Amino acid sequence: MAQTIPKKTAGNGRSAGKNHFVEEWVGKVYTTLCVLFLVATIIAMVYFVASRGLSTFFKDHVNVFELLGGLKWSPEGSPPSFGAFPFIFGSFSTSLLAALLAAPLSICASIFMIEITPKFGRKFLQPVIELLAGIPSVVYGFIGLSVIVPLFRDIFPGQGLGVAAGALVLSIMILPTMTTVATDALASLPAGLKEGSYALGATRWQTIYRVVIPTTLPSLMTGVVLGIARAFGEALAVQMVIGNAPFVPRSLFESASTLTSAITLSMGNTAAGSTHNNALWSLALILMLMTFVFVFIVRWLEGRSKL
Amino acid sequence: MKPKTVDKIATAVIIGVAAFIVLLLIGLLGFILVRGLGHISFSFLTSAPESFREGGGIGPQLFNSLFLLVLTMIITVPIGIGAGIYMSEYAKPSKLTDFIRLVVEVLSSFPSIIVGLFGLLMLVNYFGLGFSLLAGALALTVFNLPLMVRITEQGLKSVPREQKEAALALGLTKWKTITSIMLPIALPIIVSGTILAAGRVFGEAAALLFTAGMSSPRLDFSDWNPLSPVSPLNPLRPAETLAVHIWKINSEGLAPDAAEIAAGASAVLVITVLLFNLIARWLGRFMYRKFTATK
Repeated sequence: MAQTIPKKTAGNGRSAGKNHFVEEWVGKVYTTLCVLFLVATIIAMVYFVASRGLSTFFKDHVNVFELLGGLKWSPEGSPPSFGAFPFIFGSFSTSLLAALLAAPLSICASIFMIEITPKFGRKFLQPVIELLAGIPSVVYGFIGLSVIVPLFRDIFPGQGLGVAAGALVLSIMILPTMTTVATDALASLPAGLKEGSYALGATRWQTIYRVVIPTTLPSLMTGVVLGIARAFGEALAVQMVIGNAPFVPRSLFESASTLTSAITLSMGNTAAGSTHNNALWSLALILMLMTFVFVFIVRWLEGRSKL
Repeated sequence: MKPKTVDKIATAVIIGVAAFIVLLLIGLLGFILVRGLGHISFSFLTSAPESFREGGGIGPQLFNSLFLLVLTMIITVPIGIGAGIYMSEYAKPSKLTDFIRLVVEVLSSFPSIIVGLFGLLMLVNYFGLGFSLLAGALALTVFNLPLMVRITEQGLKSVPREQKEAALALGLTKWKTITSIMLPIALPIIVSGTILAAGRVFGEAAALLFTAGMSSPRLDFSDWNPLSPVSPLNPLRPAETLAVHIWKINSEGLAPDAAEIAAGASAVLVITVLLFNLIARWLGRFMYRKFTATK
């Protein structure tokens, strides 16, 4: 018995060594393949959207500045004109307005949750807000269509559809996103900073606006930018309430369009390779480039974060 | 003004705003549930939709949503966890790793409509899948992967360093350490995160308009052969999901009771998301208790 044990271990040791080698490689190869898949996907995505979007300019010879600054969008007209400025204007106005409405509310909510009633906030408010972040955007669109639009129709002139309705729906939609980021930022603030401020005799509000907000400002702004990015890329909820007229609206309550709503509505009805179709891909390219811009702003803000 | 008075005013304002938000949220949920619940019945959940008459249901759409969710998760989970393990355990700090991190971040903030367009170009046209469940599931995979990677990374990060080091010190390979020591500990976080991601997939519509399609062929629920074109299990048939259905009947609904159907379907969506949330919380806590022997 005593003699066989060393022999056995030696044998196991050799095959185990080989097994170890195989096992390690299986893991490495498998995980590397997964990452390669991810990277290949995004490269393919950027390549395809860019090549389709740019062919409007190179193949169909539409002027870049005409597309970016032109006011008239009639791709089927003769001569066709591809002025996408109304869409760009619609996207920026709805998402910025939405952020303007949602940012103060979300920062107040996160201050309430972290600084004023930490227990109630953590136990009750935070789960509810996380739940809201999970509600599908079509549901927000449906609510906008059945509550906000009729309300605006009664109060203001016009059909109720327009930039104001779009911005309001988006602001409710991005409120949870912004609040979650802001809450995380406030919660990660070292307790010593606040305690120091209280020890100097500052009131809670003085602590909040002299210490808490200045130190967490980059993180709070990250939340705002993420909210704008989400609003900018949202398609269906906005499309349902904005009215979809391809003009720059003269008031907040006049029908307008965004980049996403134009793509959603027309992409299915155009033939692949036609100028109209390519122009829609150019709109998608603008959307994609804006996504890059948002990601870089977020990265820059994270770099400035003092925490 | 005295600092104390300012403090009181500011506190009051913040509490007021918070109360407003709470009321808004409760009103929102209440509105969806109150308007929709009245319309939900067994026949509404199981019968086929009607285009021009009243009384249509959402049966096929509900089935499509669930089936698409299962397909998506079957593809997403292994790839997402693999990529997450790579990012958290194998990636060495280098320019390349930074680049991959940037890629994941960009992918996670891509608008879902762009993912849908990419699916249209690549999957539907180039690979010839047509408007199909499979194309939809792959598009949703692209949309969901970054989230899955982040969840896996978070889970693995929560594993105590000592436990990992102990396993390595016992002579286990890195891969064995990851799969049999670290993943079980990280599982509660990964599972609850995955269920939350599933909720997001369930309600996604923009990425599906041009991939899974906006129509649902007549389905024969007694035909379970996945190769038959009328079988509900055929992954190559077009499939309109619940979220897409809500959008469609709101923008071009011709049935006289379109608003009621939309309300009912919205309520079903919200309740499902709610269920996913509760299950994620409960399962996460249950597994945590089971694996860590804490009471």
